[in-house]
Amino acid sequence: MTTNPAFEVVVREHGGAVLRMCTALLGPGPDAQDAWSETFLAALRAYPRLEVGANLQAWLVTIARHKSIDVLRAKHPVPMEQLPEVPFALPEGLDSAGLLDLFDALNGLTELQRKVIGYHYLLGFAYAEIPQFLAGSAASLRRAAADGIKALRLAHSDVEEQS
Amino acid sequence: MSELETLKKKLAEQAAAAGLLDVSYRLLDTPVGSLLLAATDAGVVRVAFAREDFDTVLGSLAEKIGVRILQRPAPLDAAARQLDEYFAHQRTSFELTLDHRLSSGYRLEVQLALPSIGYGQTMSYRQIAELTGRPAAVRAVGTACATNPLPIVVPCHRVLRSDGTLGGYLGGEDTKKVLLEFEQDLT
Repeated sequence: MTTNPAFEVVVREHGGAVLRMCTALLGPGPDAQDAWSETFLAALRAYPRLEVGANLQAWLVTIARHKSIDVLRAKHPVPMEQLPEVPFALPEGLDSAGLLDLFDALNGLTELQRKVIGYHYLLGFAYAEIPQFLAGSAASLRRAAADGIKALRLAHSDVEEQS
Repeated sequence: MSELETLKKKLAEQAAAAGLLDVSYRLLDTPVGSLLLAATDAGVVRVAFAREDFDTVLGSLAEKIGVRILQRPAPLDAAARQLDEYFAHQRTSFELTLDHRLSSGYRLEVQLALPSIGYGQTMSYRQIAELTGRPAAVRAVGTACATNPLPIVVPCHRVLRSDGTLGGYLGGEDTKKVLLEFEQDLT
């Protein structure tokens, strides 16, 4: 292989996962759709320079993370001193692809749990920063995330036991 | 249309408006199966048969032209319409802007000469070799026909072996036979 696949193939293989990630973070509708479009336009611009054989899903998840943050900021123009840095360490036994799969698999999470987990673990916001986007205190949001993670862990272990 | 399909369509339009596409393509259903039609800014660059495997064709376009390839029918509307007309016996030659960048040298020369074989006519590989001023290059003519990136539109199916047998074809010998018989129906 001397080049990466045609971009159409990239969209076909990863478009669904990116849309599910944006939807999990931003809720269904125009915000998630905007983040998806911005993600793939930015990816298309950079694609010819991407290393051959690069991990396309990881690359797209990184771009989608930035574009989701942009959408959140545009909706909540509260000045912030610091940009979120690298994502926080994921709970043991989960990587970001696994977390996305679990988002898909789990309708049991409430929208609040889904968003808090997404904002914290995928977008890298500290709990103290999240109240600017979601109603609640840092402590209540942390508790929502912990409940959600507990549910994810339960579903995750169920999957592992079956396999 | 699903949410994802709508988003993909919008992406292709935005990408084209921003000048980000190397190749646009679409699929077309025809009596010889599904065809992939691809175009650059310069014109129609590739017509491919399903048996070539469309993902393989896209991979080869990515390698030879550029990786920024998306499905986008608009630039291929004229090609699709003319092929529909051809298969409906309403058209005997194509009026399309072609991008010949996938061929070069003698192969290109041969491919440029092929449209001089009229609808419903055939010529031998030897006759094309003579026509292009290289009477000894019969095998090279065979290669040029077999690697024609724009089959049907550039009518390599109208070139046969001197003994009248079909010779190879990107779309398979059956397809070549179907096209030749199809063109005879009208006359």
